[in-house]
Amino acid sequence: MEETMVTSAKVSKPRRTKRVQISSLLASAPMAIVAIGVFVVCVGYSVVLSFTKSRLFPNFNWVGLDQYERLWGTSRWIVSVENLFLYGVLFIALCLVSGFFMAVFLDQKVRFESGFRTLFLYPYAMSLVVTGLVWQWMMEPSLGLQNVVQRMGWESFEFAPLVDPQYAIYGVLIAAVWQSSGLVMALMLAGLRGIDGEIWKAARVDGIPTWKTYFFIVLPMMRPVMITSVVLLAVGVVRVYDLIVAQTGGGPGMSTEMPAKFVIDHITARGNVGLGMAAATMMLLPVLLVIGPWIYREYVRPTKH
Amino acid sequence: MEQIQLTGPHGPKPKKTTVSRLGVYAFLFSAAVFFCIPLYVMLITSLKGMPEIRLGELFSLPGDPSFAAWVKAWGEACSGVECNGIQTGFWNSVKITIPSVAISIILGSINGYALSFWRFKGSNLLFGLLLFGAFVPFQVVIFPLIIFLREVGLYGSLTGIILIHTIFGMPIMTLLFRNYFSSLPDELFKAARVDGANFWQIFFQIMMPLSIPVTVVAVILQTTGIWNDYLLGLIFAGRENLPMTVQLNNIVATTFGVREYNVNMAATILTALVPLAIYLLSGKYFVRGIAAGAVKG
Amino acid sequence: MNSISIKELDLKYQDAHVLKQLNLDIKKGEFLVLLGSSGCGKSTLLNCIAGLLDITAGQIWINERNVTWEEPKDRGIGMVFQSYALYPQMTVEKNLSFGLKVKGMAKDEIRERVDRAAKILQIEPLLDRKPSELSGGQRQRVAIGRALVRDVEVFLFDEPLSNLDAKLRADLRVEIKRLHQKLKNTMVYVTHDQVEALTLADRIAIMKDGEIQQLSSPADIYHKPCNLFVAQFIGSPSMNLLEGRIVGENFVYHDYRVNLMGYEFINQGDHDTSAYLGIRPEHLALEPRDGYVKLASVSIDIIEPMGDETIVWFDFMGRKWSVKVHGDHQLRWDEEVDIYLDPKKAHLFSKQSEVRL
Repeated sequence: MEETMVTSAKVSKPRRTKRVQISSLLASAPMAIVAIGVFVVCVGYSVVLSFTKSRLFPNFNWVGLDQYERLWGTSRWIVSVENLFLYGVLFIALCLVSGFFMAVFLDQKVRFESGFRTLFLYPYAMSLVVTGLVWQWMMEPSLGLQNVVQRMGWESFEFAPLVDPQYAIYGVLIAAVWQSSGLVMALMLAGLRGIDGEIWKAARVDGIPTWKTYFFIVLPMMRPVMITSVVLLAVGVVRVYDLIVAQTGGGPGMSTEMPAKFVIDHITARGNVGLGMAAATMMLLPVLLVIGPWIYREYVRPTKH
Repeated sequence: MEQIQLTGPHGPKPKKTTVSRLGVYAFLFSAAVFFCIPLYVMLITSLKGMPEIRLGELFSLPGDPSFAAWVKAWGEACSGVECNGIQTGFWNSVKITIPSVAISIILGSINGYALSFWRFKGSNLLFGLLLFGAFVPFQVVIFPLIIFLREVGLYGSLTGIILIHTIFGMPIMTLLFRNYFSSLPDELFKAARVDGANFWQIFFQIMMPLSIPVTVVAVILQTTGIWNDYLLGLIFAGRENLPMTVQLNNIVATTFGVREYNVNMAATILTALVPLAIYLLSGKYFVRGIAAGAVKG
Repeated sequence: MNSISIKELDLKYQDAHVLKQLNLDIKKGEFLVLLGSSGCGKSTLLNCIAGLLDITAGQIWINERNVTWEEPKDRGIGMVFQSYALYPQMTVEKNLSFGLKVKGMAKDEIRERVDRAAKILQIEPLLDRKPSELSGGQRQRVAIGRALVRDVEVFLFDEPLSNLDAKLRADLRVEIKRLHQKLKNTMVYVTHDQVEALTLADRIAIMKDGEIQQLSSPADIYHKPCNLFVAQFIGSPSMNLLEGRIVGENFVYHDYRVNLMGYEFINQGDHDTSAYLGIRPEHLALEPRDGYVKLASVSIDIIEPMGDETIVWFDFMGRKWSVKVHGDHQLRWDEEVDIYLDPKKAHLFSKQSEVRL
């Protein structure tokens, strides 16, 4: 009797689990639809279109890798990619360095700390369109900063990067760093505050100078914060569009063109969806290569429950 | 003499203000100036008249401050052929932002809750895909979404742009709430189950009241994000519903003869006002919001 | 009559076999403690009984009902958690009544039950407070109250005292015992603290790697551990061990022999078996006593005075040994002392299978 009951339990279906799963699946439906519908199907569709001759509307005249060949033969695209690298590397480096220093200096028990913090971070609340327009005005050659300094007596002072194709990208860079370095400051400061106070006591007892403690002990401990900052900044770099449109419109010439703008221009005004999607796929690749493994490792694989 | 020195402590007593201390303040003040200048220039330019601006004194205070440029920017400035000022954009942004923020937060909190407490087969994979969406460049999905919205007749409509903001807000909102709920003790959820509460009862009666702080973070994050959006509004909102940022850029780009820098700057300030106010009022929550995106809970 | 019956319970997560073919019967009104170090599966087993984890195979019966696939709320259990798991936004009263409200019970009855539980636990003055305004001990009382109002047969405790400081833990331990004597419910109590287990339990189940090693009364667990693991796990400091062989009536190590007169063999091994001899620190002495035999002369390594008693450590045959002596013993470090042992209190374990001989 006992024996048979036990064996029957082994085959009986877990009803309860089913019931629980229905609510949970229902609640997850919007997420599932967006995750699969948008981030799989739409991405896939874009990639598929990059192998077609689609112009203003999508069609399925397969052309293989023609669009990619054309893309890498288009000087505007090549300039865009070069710009992105130059801008991206400098932007991330400058933001990290300035953000780190601001955080460290703010961490010295200074007066008006919250005032400084508020000032350093407010640009991050503003849109990139606003940022672009303000700096465009500041860099106006005849009425902006250059003019003021020249009239103060420094006749040879030059600061009008936006009209010079060679320097325009740096003009954009200044505006972007102004807008985003506060973000790194805030993250780093939070990181510094999160570090065990006893580390400081230990370093003091060991007689390590403050600056050395920051560089050789604290900075390595802030690795997760650095990664967070780089990821957030990098996402911003790849997406940079608004700032360019507002501040320079991509000019002068092609000097501040960016891949994001290339894609948008080709799927709207220029009506060349095939080429635009090839460019978009190229933008997707680095993201997939970097973010994909990270997401898989951090979120998909572990099932800790 | 000798003896006093022997009994006293070795080395000099540390001074209160040192050179390095001054250096710290010098750095902070110069950084503060760098960050302030654009806001200051924006503000004083908007209060000047055009003749004064043409003098080229970028930093001088307005001789005769006037809000005329603000009034013009709000109600009369031209974008393209229409000359209704930036107010239409303001109201459009309000109409877009409020529902988008509300819907994305509701969905994000439910998703996050389901993911932290009611795992099902494949939920990790779904979440991974969604997270990938947080990093994917918009450019890769925009075109298919245009096609899709055109097919269902929502392209260029208020509903359409709200749907788009909800979609793009979902990864970060889900992540935010998932991380928050994961930080709550698992036992709280177990206790509620022993008490007999079901999926929705636990969500509404136990979890929702606990998630007020994270909801505040979510509101700040989404409101500033959606208000500041340019690209999605430009493409999906349609001519009737262009948000404030798009209209601002149009106003600045529209020039008949003279460029009215004071009006442009006034319009720029007006556009920045909402997120700036949120930023100043929210304090710590704002910082928590920006970190929420990539910090693992 | 059995209050809880666990039959051939199996639980697997992916590759990990967490609970293995587990059988356990808990009598009505019994206080059963699941004891083990972290990761042994004791909390997992409790969660399975509560219905918070889905099992892979087997059956769980509570009060003669097969509840294997039932919701936690329908199993007739109350549960108390380590982190208390009080709903932070609700007052104590709301915390107690939440489950009853969800069930749709009448207001009067809820009131009545909450009042009764509050009275038993002496938390009446706290009813209007939020959990954040309570001390750790008060929170744990409320958590117990939440199980109490459910008016159930079975109480499950998941390390309920682990978050409290030592003094409070001792106080609440006594109170839980008193509560059990008063209510006479079945209680299943998970802990890693052997003092809690020994003081509270009617029976203790010692677990390791998802299996029950020994299920006996506290006295049996302590005095007749069934294998080497249990012997080493229970008792502080741990049981002293010596490797050797059993030859006839003697335990032989190195060139010495200990006469085992009076040891009750339960498994008669071969008459020339490799074995461990175990002896608890309190069953050793530094002076000759009745029935004790001399073991060796050693020099003292460490002296740990603990007030009422003193623990003396020394090295013996390559192992750290300890002996408990009376607190007013005057001893010096490095002093040479003789060690005596009570063979009747010794434990013998097969070296090969590690089971008690």
